[in-house]
Amino acid sequence: MEELNGLRLADRKHIGLAEMLKGGVIMDVTNAEQAKIAEDAGAASVMALERVPSDIRRDGGVARMSPVKKIQEIQKAVTIPVMAKARIGHFVEAQILEALGVDYIDESEVLTPADEHFHIDKFAFRIPFVCGARDLGEALRRIGEGAAMIRTKGEAGSGNIVEAVRHMRALVSGVKRLTSLGGEEMMAEAKNLGAPYELVRWVAKAGRLPVPNFSAGGIATPADAALMMQLGAEAVFVGSGIFKSSDPARRAKAIVQATTHFKDPDVLVRVSEDLGEAMVGLETSKMAEKDLLQTRGW
Amino acid sequence: MRIGVLALQGDFALHAKALQRCGADAVEVRKPEQLHDVDGLIIPGGESTTLLKLMNEWGFVPALEKFHAAGKPIFGTCAGLIVTARDVTNPPQLSLGLIDVGVERNAYGRQRESFETGGTATLDGRRVPIEMVFIRAPRIRRVGPGVETLAAHGDEPVMARQGSVLVATFHPELTDDPTVHRYFCQMVKGREAPSA
Repeated sequence: MEELNGLRLADRKHIGLAEMLKGGVIMDVTNAEQAKIAEDAGAASVMALERVPSDIRRDGGVARMSPVKKIQEIQKAVTIPVMAKARIGHFVEAQILEALGVDYIDESEVLTPADEHFHIDKFAFRIPFVCGARDLGEALRRIGEGAAMIRTKGEAGSGNIVEAVRHMRALVSGVKRLTSLGGEEMMAEAKNLGAPYELVRWVAKAGRLPVPNFSAGGIATPADAALMMQLGAEAVFVGSGIFKSSDPARRAKAIVQATTHFKDPDVLVRVSEDLGEAMVGLETSKMAEKDLLQTRGW
Repeated sequence: MRIGVLALQGDFALHAKALQRCGADAVEVRKPEQLHDVDGLIIPGGESTTLLKLMNEWGFVPALEKFHAAGKPIFGTCAGLIVTARDVTNPPQLSLGLIDVGVERNAYGRQRESFETGGTATLDGRRVPIEMVFIRAPRIRRVGPGVETLAAHGDEPVMARQGSVLVATFHPELTDDPTVHRYFCQMVKGREAPSA
């Protein structure tokens, strides 16, 4: 356990696993066959879930943790870390994932929330958690609960990068703003952010979050992945963008290359050739509040 | 002294910071031609399958063989050890064979089995305490005759050196303990000195 001004953080080995994933791509998969395609394309990790977000959006109903058998098949199929999603507040799904030996739990707004008030107490587990955030306050609340990695939420299953950009910019500018404040402003800022005071002070001093910050929700092309990296993401999650495209293996590989060489336009040109059709995108600004996934959790 | 950190995927940023704390210039290396400009190279932790794919894509394998043949020091941690080892199991995969050790991947288990511990290394004849963080770590299952074990966990080697190649199964870059990076910087400096 790390201690910061008396504040508890996730274990160093758990934050450390997120460090190992930096510069990489974590791909949503629903079965062993997709997991293998992802690993062969160079994914740094795979995320097991019941249905990819765009299918959840289309078919509706309650979205839950992936079936146990599917997770076991995925674990058998690949050697890279396997993550899996649990519903917000559903600590028993998390207990099952821990017993399965999943490497990271994503307490995810993409699944139907199980608790409208409380997120999971992540310190109660021997495996790490990643949680979504739309801004600095939400990120710090999750880190305060024990998240070892943050991912900006974006709008999952939309194929539209605008929400991911909005959330990453909000987070980065929130951190920048903190570094400009004086000591006497910290408590008021903690109140405004709804975030733990000691954590606010730590971020103000360090100029960064105490855990890695990745980007998710809407990445559909190599250019999208590189955009998020240039905006400050340290790795990317890709959900529907790969397996809802016309040539998943090729697109997956291209997004891996683009995430590594995100500052090199020549590479981006090379990997973006002949990719086939990207997933169909949605205009998020025209979506009703009730259809947004990002507003789940607090 | 300029030391490269292979920045294709993994915790290259923390290695760069650790090098800077030791007074070295750290350079993120994403293309093989950048190897000409550095005196040593760290291959960081990350996912070895991902690293190998990205290395192959850009022709890093022959470039690193040349780098090693020129006597320039290389330090591999975790995944970096796996790609530099002579042979790899669980599952078998291609590796550069720059150090004569056999390595088993993910040999302690999954993330649930990751752990931290204190230990002792023997560096330049002196015993020094080191902090060790093991994350989905490999195990060194075989050590060739030309390889010197520098640190052990129980009776298993966790840090070893053969000539200009240093490897560790753990992550010194995740700690504030500069011992291991300082040792590697000395390896790089020691090699520079005669030609200077």
